Amino acid sequence: MVYENPDGIRIGLEIHVQLNKLKTKMFCGCSSDYHNAAPNTHTCPICLGLPGTLPVLNKKAVEAAIKVGLALEGEIAEETQFHRKNYFYPDLPKGFQVTQYDFPIVGKGKVVIEGEDGEHVVGITRAHMEEDPGKLVHIGSIEKSKGVLIDYNRSGMPLIETVTEPDMRSPKEARRFLDKFRNILEYLDVFDGNLEGAMRVDANVSVHWGTRVEVKNISSHKGVERALLYEIMRQKNVIRRGGKITLETRHFDEGRGVTISMRTKEEAEDYRYFREPDLMPMRVTDWIPAIRETLPELPDAKRARFIEQYGITDMHAKALTSKIMLADFHESICAQGVDPKIAATWTADVLLGELNYRDLVIGADVQGYAIICYNQKNPDIVRHIRVNDMVELVTFFAEGKISDRAAVEVIRSILDSKEEKTPLQIIEERGLLKAESDLVTMAVEETIAENEAAVQDYLGGAEKSLNFLVGQVMKKTKGTADAKTARELILKELKG
Amino acid sequence: MITKEDVEHIGWLARIEISEQETVEYMEKLNSVLEYFGQLDELPTEDVVPTYHVAEIYNVFREDIVEECLPQETVLANTEYKQDGTFRVPKIG
Amino acid sequence: MAKWMSVAQVKEKIIEDSAEEVTARYLEVIGKSKVNGYTKVSEKALEHARRIDSEGHDGPLAGVPIAIKDNISVVGLPNSCGSKILEGYVPPFNAHVIEKLLSAGAVILGKTNMDEFAMGSSTETSYFGPTANPWDLERVPGGSSGGSAAVVAAGEAPFALGSDTGGSVRCPAAFCGVVGLKPTYGAVSRYGVVAYANSLEQVGPLANNVADIAILMDVIAGYDGRDSTSIDSKIEYQKALVDDVKGLKIGVPKEFFGEGIHPDVEKAVWNAIHKYESLGATWEEVSMPNIKYALASYYIIAMSEASSNLARFDGTRYGFRESGENWHAMVSKTRAEGFGTEVKRRILLGTYALSAGYHDKYYLKALKVRTLVKQDFDKALAKVDLLMAPTMPNPAFKIGEKIEDPLTLYLSDVNTCPINLAGVPSVSVPCGLTDGLPIGLQIMGKPFDEPTVLRAAYTFEQNTDYHTKRPPEVA
Ligand SMILES: [Mg+2]
Ligand SMILES: [Zn+2]
Repeated sequence: MVYENPDGIRIGLEIHVQLNKLKTKMFCGCSSDYHNAAPNTHTCPICLGLPGTLPVLNKKAVEAAIKVGLALEGEIAEETQFHRKNYFYPDLPKGFQVTQYDFPIVGKGKVVIEGEDGEHVVGITRAHMEEDPGKLVHIGSIEKSKGVLIDYNRSGMPLIETVTEPDMRSPKEARRFLDKFRNILEYLDVFDGNLEGAMRVDANVSVHWGTRVEVKNISSHKGVERALLYEIMRQKNVIRRGGKITLETRHFDEGRGVTISMRTKEEAEDYRYFREPDLMPMRVTDWIPAIRETLPELPDAKRARFIEQYGITDMHAKALTSKIMLADFHESICAQGVDPKIAATWTADVLLGELNYRDLVIGADVQGYAIICYNQKNPDIVRHIRVNDMVELVTFFAEGKISDRAAVEVIRSILDSKEEKTPLQIIEERGLLKAESDLVTMAVEETIAENEAAVQDYLGGAEKSLNFLVGQVMKKTKGTADAKTARELILKELKG
Repeated sequence: MITKEDVEHIGWLARIEISEQETVEYMEKLNSVLEYFGQLDELPTEDVVPTYHVAEIYNVFREDIVEECLPQETVLANTEYKQDGTFRVPKIG
Repeated sequence: MAKWMSVAQVKEKIIEDSAEEVTARYLEVIGKSKVNGYTKVSEKALEHARRIDSEGHDGPLAGVPIAIKDNISVVGLPNSCGSKILEGYVPPFNAHVIEKLLSAGAVILGKTNMDEFAMGSSTETSYFGPTANPWDLERVPGGSSGGSAAVVAAGEAPFALGSDTGGSVRCPAAFCGVVGLKPTYGAVSRYGVVAYANSLEQVGPLANNVADIAILMDVIAGYDGRDSTSIDSKIEYQKALVDDVKGLKIGVPKEFFGEGIHPDVEKAVWNAIHKYESLGATWEEVSMPNIKYALASYYIIAMSEASSNLARFDGTRYGFRESGENWHAMVSKTRAEGFGTEVKRRILLGTYALSAGYHDKYYLKALKVRTLVKQDFDKALAKVDLLMAPTMPNPAFKIGEKIEDPLTLYLSDVNTCPINLAGVPSVSVPCGLTDGLPIGLQIMGKPFDEPTVLRAAYTFEQNTDYHTKRPPEVA
């Protein structure tokens, strides 16, 4: 099947990603760990752009950019350098942004996504390094602002801006690209997507192969899909009414779910790019082999291996590799000798579903020991899910000691309580072991199935045979069953 | 030659308010300087590589090591326009 | 206490009396100043000197006072750059060179006047009013480090720091009859020095004699990890102070003796060259055909970089702010009111030179011409050890004489700005007087060959007495 793209949709993305796994900012030694800090406490003369200060580039930022470039199968530039992008905005303390212009560190590359018609290649145009501006808070709304408050804690955070070709043919593909892209970045350990403002997306979209419109600064993957759906509908309506799409920049109003015109191309800024004279050019291609060595197994490769190695379904493999910490978690569980298929079901289907339902995200892990999840809306809610607990739970279930429902209850209980209990403790406290009567019933069923002759004898009138059958049940249950109950159950079974 | 409109445009790009009267003054003075700069046109430079920097240095980096930040009071010490630890400015547009 | 002392003499005086007394004496002279060389005299200088007396200090400049150009950041002192737009701004950090000076034990007397944002050759465009030339109070001291040169010449500081983007140390050194060095690009960290044109400028010392320049360079030069353009040259400057130029080859670029040069300046410079010849050096004329394009190239590059560097002065975080109905209007009004006319002109020209459609015609062209100018230096300096020429084609002009016409003022940098394009070191030393006004000899060398440049300057000084001449007005 080939996707026809009936509306001639082309979507390209520009994605700003904070390299927030680095300890310090792009050009100064300020800590990058500002997300819960008071305003303007993570700043220094350099990231405040005080007169006389100079930037010095964080080596790790360059290594991270190369890592990203390699993961995107991009060309790493022989020589690369920084430029100044000159414009005035209150979040920009120097009156220019240090960015890369005609010599980006990463050139053409590609990412394969699950497209409308199977595997679909999205071209990467380029990826470059730049610094983040500060953060603005409008007093009142943007439209009716009474003033603006500026916090420069974010100023100077290292960013990678990735530009794609307009290769996506539907909002769904755009969303899939972003999911995949985020996944890759997290695998590379350069990026924590859970932090606020960690990923910001500008989307270019056109219909009927026409003029493109840029929708700026969308902060979530869901937002991108919604913004694009709206924008495509709007453009189609304009054309249907005989109007023309003009080259413009629009802003996505997350609350109302609509895009609003910001400026047309005629009012476009003239950024007067020129080389940043305070930074020297770089020749870093000889770093590539060593960095390539550090590249982890990427999501696609890991997914294929999971299917192969664990014999699990593609759906499970996909879910388990959607986060590297989850994939490691699964591997640690399997390493303890439990059935990989059962483990996959309980992690991918049940655990992930329950986490999602509670807005819990995997924020960290202690490899081989646990994943650490926290609530996205209330980061104080933290849960540790231990490898050993999953192993215990899966084993109980596999041995038939607990029911499906009971196992789910154990997981829920772990996620809902801050007390750290093992599955065994929870099972005992709540009496979740398959109830006695269940065990007796099982023993009864087995006894009847195994003792055809005695059953026939009893049905033929030999009362004594019933005693034999009760004895067999008592034996199977190692004497734990109540003889009277066993007798009643046998009778019920034989008569029913 | 710079026109009055050019002066207005670059005044906007540079965020320098220029009055009607100043526009004409600037136009004249800037044009006399630009005319002087125009002498470079007589020098053929097609095959010349531009010199951005005399020092041919590559690969200057710092390590990813955290250094101390400024205290918030110090950051805000040079302005009277502040609120709750932030800088306060008028609405943007 | 003598009014003009070398650093060695100051140090003797400190041992004899105390750092406090020496500083107090300089403060007294400053108090009677007729030149308006300081924008701010430090209220902590005396206390600092006293502390050095009581606690002792083993640095090479223990207790020695120094004046600092007002674009070099010093904690606790305003950093005005001679501009209204930085009104009230006090940096919370020290420039690299200030850290070096403080750890050497120097006492900072105060900040010196300058052309606004170092954009000028006369120190007339300062928000704090013009500085006068100590040799003739009706004349300019040169610029943009006019304050630093004037206070040294007037005995208000033994030495000073300036900055040189297109001649801003050497021009005032020549006009005020003192020594001023523009080091090789990369020799001195720019960290903490407010940028005018990043790819061109260096901090440079001004002093009454070459030895003091070397002392200061030994303190301030060297690698700094906070300036990506910093280079560790490991030069020992004082070791270069040898009275010997035998066998030295001097090149005289005829392009530096162009039209409009004052005959006395030309004569004085040739006298100096002949003096070197008599001391065992040889000279030859060299040709640097692209020098005549250097000025235009220099100004385009400087203005372009400046238009971006000065964008941060928007009234948002520090300094002067004008009110406006929205942020953009506030910024436009703040910059209209906060910057002086010459600064605004340069920002506008720089903005234009970088703008869409003009970038290649002006900015890129200027960078290519820069290559040609640099090649001229490379070729000339391949043949000779040093180049010698007048620092300024004319002696100090009258205050107000050139300020109205920017181009005329720009033309006074004709002999100094090529050096910044090439990034080579250059020193200006006094080599005569005309009508009671000093003349400067400019000695240029190969990159990081300050030792030869300083050796030549030192030898000249040891064998002439121009550097002992003092301005009559304030003597
Ligand atoms: Mg960007
Ligand atoms: Zn910082």
